[in-house]
Amino acid sequence: MAAPRDKFGRPIVVVTGMGVITSLGAGKQDNWAKLTAGESGIRTVTRFPIDGLRSTMAGTVDFVTVEPSSSTGLTERLAEMATEEALEQSGIGRKSDFPGPLFLAVAPVETEWPQRLEVGRAVGLAVGKVDFEIQDILRHSGGGKFAPFHHRFMFGSVAAHLADIFGTKGSPISLSTACASGATAIQLGVEAIRRGEADAALCVATDGSVNQEALVRFSLLSALSTQNNPPQAASKPFSKNRDGFVMAEGAGALVLESYESAVARGAPILGVLAGCGELTDSFHRTRSSPDGKPIIGCVRKTLADAGLEPDQIDYINAHGTATPENDKMEYLGISAVFGELAQKIPVSSNKSMVGHTISAAGAVEAIFSLLTLEHQRIPPTINYEVPDPAIPFDVVPNKARDARVTAVMSNSFGFGGQNASLILTREPI
Amino acid sequence: MSERKEVWITGIGIVSSLGEGLDAHWDALNAKRVNVDDKRFAPYIVHPLAPVSFDAQIPKKGDQRQMEAWQRIGTYAAGLALDSAGVKGNQEILGRMDMIVAAGGGERDVPVDMAILNGYLKDNSGPVFLNERLMNDLRPTLFLAQLSNLLAGNIAIVHGVSGTSRTFMGEEASSIDAARIAVARIESGQSDIALIGAAQNGERSDLLILFEFGDFNLKDKYAPVWARAKENGGFAIGSAGVFLVMESQEHAEARGAKPFAKLSKVASNLAQRKQPGAVTKSLETLWPKLGSLGDNGSIITGATGVEAVTSEEKAFLQEHPGFAVRSTGTSFGHTIEAQFPLGLALAALSISRGALFPPNDPTGFEVEKAGAPTQIVVVGAGHWQGEGMALVEAVKQ
Repeated sequence: MAAPRDKFGRPIVVVTGMGVITSLGAGKQDNWAKLTAGESGIRTVTRFPIDGLRSTMAGTVDFVTVEPSSSTGLTERLAEMATEEALEQSGIGRKSDFPGPLFLAVAPVETEWPQRLEVGRAVGLAVGKVDFEIQDILRHSGGGKFAPFHHRFMFGSVAAHLADIFGTKGSPISLSTACASGATAIQLGVEAIRRGEADAALCVATDGSVNQEALVRFSLLSALSTQNNPPQAASKPFSKNRDGFVMAEGAGALVLESYESAVARGAPILGVLAGCGELTDSFHRTRSSPDGKPIIGCVRKTLADAGLEPDQIDYINAHGTATPENDKMEYLGISAVFGELAQKIPVSSNKSMVGHTISAAGAVEAIFSLLTLEHQRIPPTINYEVPDPAIPFDVVPNKARDARVTAVMSNSFGFGGQNASLILTREPI
Repeated sequence: MSERKEVWITGIGIVSSLGEGLDAHWDALNAKRVNVDDKRFAPYIVHPLAPVSFDAQIPKKGDQRQMEAWQRIGTYAAGLALDSAGVKGNQEILGRMDMIVAAGGGERDVPVDMAILNGYLKDNSGPVFLNERLMNDLRPTLFLAQLSNLLAGNIAIVHGVSGTSRTFMGEEASSIDAARIAVARIESGQSDIALIGAAQNGERSDLLILFEFGDFNLKDKYAPVWARAKENGGFAIGSAGVFLVMESQEHAEARGAKPFAKLSKVASNLAQRKQPGAVTKSLETLWPKLGSLGDNGSIITGATGVEAVTSEEKAFLQEHPGFAVRSTGTSFGHTIEAQFPLGLALAALSISRGALFPPNDPTGFEVEKAGAPTQIVVVGAGHWQGEGMALVEAVKQ
């Protein structure tokens, strides 16, 4: 049995439960089967009309619906489902009594159009005119008619609900580091356990925000693929003809525990959170520093935190959004740190199949990384027909591959200069 | 685990309805000045931001244009805090500085929203209309001015704070936890120096509407927090950016930085508020976590004026009659995410100035307090959830 502390004397942090939901399906089993079969969850949007939109596909989770319908409501439900699966596997605590804090990666919340229209209709009737002003809305919003909207559109509402039903301890933390949010939630859990504040932490990342305005917003930033037909082929990470990411929904939940506590209760140990790192890019709001230094620094910090050398990483679960910029910068960063190994280590992007689950991506992909360790099989990068000669990664093109994998690096890079990486291993190191 | 490090507050940046900087705030508090606007959003009352020259901290107009007001306010206050700590422009330190921002979200483009809403309702349009208008009418970069984590992003770009960057969300509780996590990281040696804070623009009709859904807004007439009638309570939204630089004692001493105060403890909780008295109980459980408290300290609270939360908090405060209470809600309004950092900032400022600022309370609940404070407890109870407490103490030198 390994020592309960890592080589830096910190408590070892292990994963004892995980749950995942994406456009491919609900649960680890379904997701893993489809992911390794190279299936895509991307389809033409049916949740709302696509007329007038430049990008018309997404990885929506259409098999889950909530009433009353809202993106925040769906976000909450996806988190709940993923957490239930994680808790069942982990067997930790008692029902509604999770013995540790909650760290939740969640998209920013605001009043959504269906609710804005509902209020607008009521105000129109109340003021008896067709062209009213925002002051009219303000004066007719109180009195309790729309009280549920206050609760629904508070930023802390999803975390409050999860804390309530799962009985997590203390003040739950909701966070956003854009596309790196899921990784940050895990990092906060790792840090809390390493500090000895908690023996267990529930780290959840969720995003159910494919609605009209969200799609338009990313579209206006020219971040999305417009290769709408066929939708399954739109997400082309590392390909020469990539043209943007595909929005998607999903959730990932991980139960983190100290190795000591997991062993003591005979819990399944699914993997080890060996290292985390983050480094901010202060170059631009949406673009990476052209020299790649922040990404390089982030990857190096993560290796150092895990106490590993580049040649000990067997697989990189890429951020791989399929935007022209991200994939180029990710290669620049990885190749600067890994040197010649950058062309030998398999590097694949789950986003080719599930799309970009934004706030959830870091956790969803950490779970896929752990499943890679468990099954010793690397999921492919699909839609890889036209290689980009400027990105000579081994992207595990189109077909999953069996491989010996003991350590995985998972990268997340986001708007606002957010870079975060994780290293996951099968066994304590 | 190595011994826990002491956490010092070495930089404070405040901009609010009362002005900018520490002297302006100290003077305004001592003059019991309050700045409210009861006309612009009548019958609702807001505390508008005092006139500020953003150029002083955000020199590039291009950067200012990329931000909505809340981001400008926050980026400005963050710059003041870095100046105050003497680390502005020190790339060696800024490049490894932690940042935890407590953020809400972006201001809507109200004219665009209203044109779409009226057009949609007038012509009984369908969702296709929404697609077309959003595609045509939204400014492409507006999203970035609304995204919660882009306040941190702007602080990184404008001031070069580029170690780590985390954005916590969730109204009042988010900044309590930002302070708690920053302290935990510094105490345990995971970090040497951190910037934490938040920003709020109170002059926002979209925000007023969100709070009006829950009947939280103060209407008709301004009154100090403790003088608000129970049946007509609520908060006047405030405008403020508040940031703090905190660091380990060793790190501060090594660079010759002087502390305003030390931040000895931050604790937070999430009460199940369906039970009457839950807030009182929650605060009662937090109090002993602060450690050793004398019996005649001071308390700075961010009490909102919302019922029944404020009455429940008052019941807790009355259990500690030796403590002089000050409510920031009276002077600043309710600044949501910025409320707790504001309390921390005013506590550290009071300790460094050797006096607690005077009461501003016609009900007499707040009392005069002579002498130099050595311990100030900061209390925050969110308007709908989340409670927190911190102990700010004088550094013994």
